Amino acid sequence: MSNNSDHSIEHHIQTYIRVFIALGVLTVITVAVSYLEVSFIEAFFLAITIASIKGSLVLGFFMHLISERAAIIWILVATTVAFIILMFIPLISLTDSTGMY
Amino acid sequence: MSSIPYIVEERPDTGLNNSKLGVWIFLASEVMLFGGLFSAYVFLRLAAPEGDFDYWGAKLNVPMATFNTMLLITSSVTMVMSWASLKLKQFDKYKMYLGITILCALGFLCVKYFEYTGKFHHGIYPSSSTFMGIYFTLTGLHVLHIIGGLVVLIYLWTRQADKMWEENPDLLANRIEVTGLYWHFVDLVWIFLFPILYLL
Amino acid sequence: MSDNHHHEETFFQKYIWSVDHKVIGIQYGITSLLFLLFGFGLMAVMRYQLAYPETVIPIIGQWLFAESGGIMLPENYNTFGAMHGTIMIFLGVVPLAVGAFGNYLVPLQIGAPDMAFPKLNAASYWTYFVGGVVMMASFFTPEGAARSGWTSYPPLSIFESGQTMWLLSMVFLITSSLLGSMNIIVTIVQLRAPGLTWFKLPFFIWTQLVTSFLLVLAFPPLEAAAVLQLMDRLAGTSFFLPSGLVYAGEAVAAYGNGSPLLWQHLFWFLAHPEVYVLILPAIGIVGEILANNTRKPLWGYKSLVYAISFLGFMSFIVWAHHMFLTGMGQTMSAFFQLTTMIISIPSVVVLTAFFISLWGGSIRFNTPMLFALSFLPMFGIGGLTGLPLGVAASDIYLHDTYYVIGHFHYVVAPGTLFALFAGIYYWFPKITGRKLHEGMGKLHFFPSFLAMNGIFMPMFIQGLAGLSRRMYDGGQQYAHASDITHWNEFMTISAFILGLAQIPFILNIFITLSTKKSEDRNPWKSTTIEWSAPSPPLPHVNFESAVEVHRGPYEYSVPEREEDFYPQTSP
Repeated sequence: MSNNSDHSIEHHIQTYIRVFIALGVLTVITVAVSYLEVSFIEAFFLAITIASIKGSLVLGFFMHLISERAAIIWILVATTVAFIILMFIPLISLTDSTGMY
Repeated sequence: MSSIPYIVEERPDTGLNNSKLGVWIFLASEVMLFGGLFSAYVFLRLAAPEGDFDYWGAKLNVPMATFNTMLLITSSVTMVMSWASLKLKQFDKYKMYLGITILCALGFLCVKYFEYTGKFHHGIYPSSSTFMGIYFTLTGLHVLHIIGGLVVLIYLWTRQADKMWEENPDLLANRIEVTGLYWHFVDLVWIFLFPILYLL
Repeated sequence: MSDNHHHEETFFQKYIWSVDHKVIGIQYGITSLLFLLFGFGLMAVMRYQLAYPETVIPIIGQWLFAESGGIMLPENYNTFGAMHGTIMIFLGVVPLAVGAFGNYLVPLQIGAPDMAFPKLNAASYWTYFVGGVVMMASFFTPEGAARSGWTSYPPLSIFESGQTMWLLSMVFLITSSLLGSMNIIVTIVQLRAPGLTWFKLPFFIWTQLVTSFLLVLAFPPLEAAAVLQLMDRLAGTSFFLPSGLVYAGEAVAAYGNGSPLLWQHLFWFLAHPEVYVLILPAIGIVGEILANNTRKPLWGYKSLVYAISFLGFMSFIVWAHHMFLTGMGQTMSAFFQLTTMIISIPSVVVLTAFFISLWGGSIRFNTPMLFALSFLPMFGIGGLTGLPLGVAASDIYLHDTYYVIGHFHYVVAPGTLFALFAGIYYWFPKITGRKLHEGMGKLHFFPSFLAMNGIFMPMFIQGLAGLSRRMYDGGQQYAHASDITHWNEFMTISAFILGLAQIPFILNIFITLSTKKSEDRNPWKSTTIEWSAPSPPLPHVNFESAVEVHRGPYEYSVPEREEDFYPQTSP
């Protein structure tokens, strides 16, 4: 972090507390939402969306990504792309097969 | 070696110090590691017979895991608070927050211990089903990461930290920041693991 | 941090647990060369078997295969095959290309005193060492070493002997690789000397950077998969075991519902980028040597950089071209065929740029240049023969035949390995202060070049005729192979000639080391930064004074200058 002034750190502390409370609330919401009667796909997207919001809060504020340098952001973009490739393509292989095996 | 630059101070054109860049790259590889297991989870779930994962997933203890989630989130905020305290030159507060982080982590491990032994007591092992296999592997790997992080956190809480604070406070702050990044990542993994394994 | 070299370092600190990147680079170099030699030995026995099936292996047969009276059994052949591949790739070529060349040269070529994390560097070497010990120890277990191919496909690998140690070793090797590649990236980004902007970097550094990114992002899924396979073997899980499996006449007592395809996807997600890890450092080395020995800049430097970056990105989305025969649907097949065709483009850009770099050059035919020049047609053949494999229609016929073996060996053996030899001849004077003997170098090169082609060219013929790979008798039992099995003997003799041709190389190293050091720190008259350091560079700091860079990496034959090279660091 390049800004070392006391004032900005104290301002950050306020943010940390707020994020902490938000995370707690979102956790409760995650559990509550799991009792809804929805299809698996809907439940999956709901869970991933809420988890992504929580994750973004941790990444953005606790890990300081919101004010981080471009180099780091680009590394994470590359990682995200690789991660998405890893998740989706084996998935497609289940649906798009000749059915022989 | 002291002749290596940018250990603590930032390199002007990249704006980074070495350990921060290093830890983010390490975390990128960790994303791919857990990603491999997540990918396996999704693949196995879709390839399994209808209801198989639901049946086995229902055997997990949601309240315990929710409590664990809160423990980790707390440890995350105390971790960043301990770094902030160090930046504000408040060494005692740093130790306090770091201590709470360590306690939260130990608490998480205790809960996990009870969870696992509870399963074994009921005769449920990784081999019991594909779901249980991926559940134990994902959470087990996560536990190993908590333990690894715990070792570093404890080291940074001991007298070594006191010495570093006296001799090179910026270096200690840098070490805490980097350890914090790793710790937040471990929390991040759990934030995704929790709903996927316990709630879906 | 602690400064543990105020006075004399102990022997242990200086040579065993050294944190100096040069010592670690040499440690990687010696270890990997020994593994390469061992892997070659495994192959030599296999080739003997292929040429003279079911005969007694001479000299070492009685000791190796005591139970069968010196004859190589099918399971022995499978073990040697699996271990040959594993050792060559993970214990030989990658540690040499990245661990040795990368660690030794990256700090020097960017004007840095060491790698960004010296202790981590030492840790990565020793983790590799432990991984190597575990892998070799597997030969001596009652189960024996792995024998399910270097690809370790389940369900076979779940039930076959020897895989547990293999998987455990892989976990160590992958960890070592992750630590090392992370170190290289941070070093290149953060420790470049003042004035060394991105497009003034030697091309070798760019290749190491892209390689390290591939390693960081592609290896972890394999580590995850290795853990899953270990659990299948040890904890009774069935991640990769489908339901209803029967093994050795008995129904498998596992839960089932697993998928062997899952392993293949996770394995090849790494293993495809892995092949670019094998080739990129070699391309970097060839680039350096071509520029130096043509006395002109590399042609198309920027295109080269963009090409390898594009290559790195594309390498993540081609992997299922190894899986065309798994019953995938047309959409997936079309997708992977398309990406595979596209990924051949950057390789062509690289090769073209290298060929054009030769035009109008004042070519010096020293030993490193001979190896580097031969890389061009050899890699060309390797790359071109990959095309029929990337098209599903022809791959359905050629998959798992000797054609594949010919293809990838051309790229790795007279490709990468020759580039690595070139690098050893080229940088030997910087590392030791002495040039390797030219005459012996040529005695190493010419027979090796001929023998390589003698071994691998007939494999295309055999593959096209339909001869399957991994068969312990070389195709004796198949009628359709009857008219091409005669090539086996020719290939085996070529293999032995290749072995003999390495003797001048090994002797050259030892003899040269016993000669006097030279005063000339830049015998090749090169422009890059490492040549401005003493030979060998100073322990821990490398350079005598702070490095400042004033120009690009290949300022050769600059018009107004008297000398035909203008070093990067000259004022």
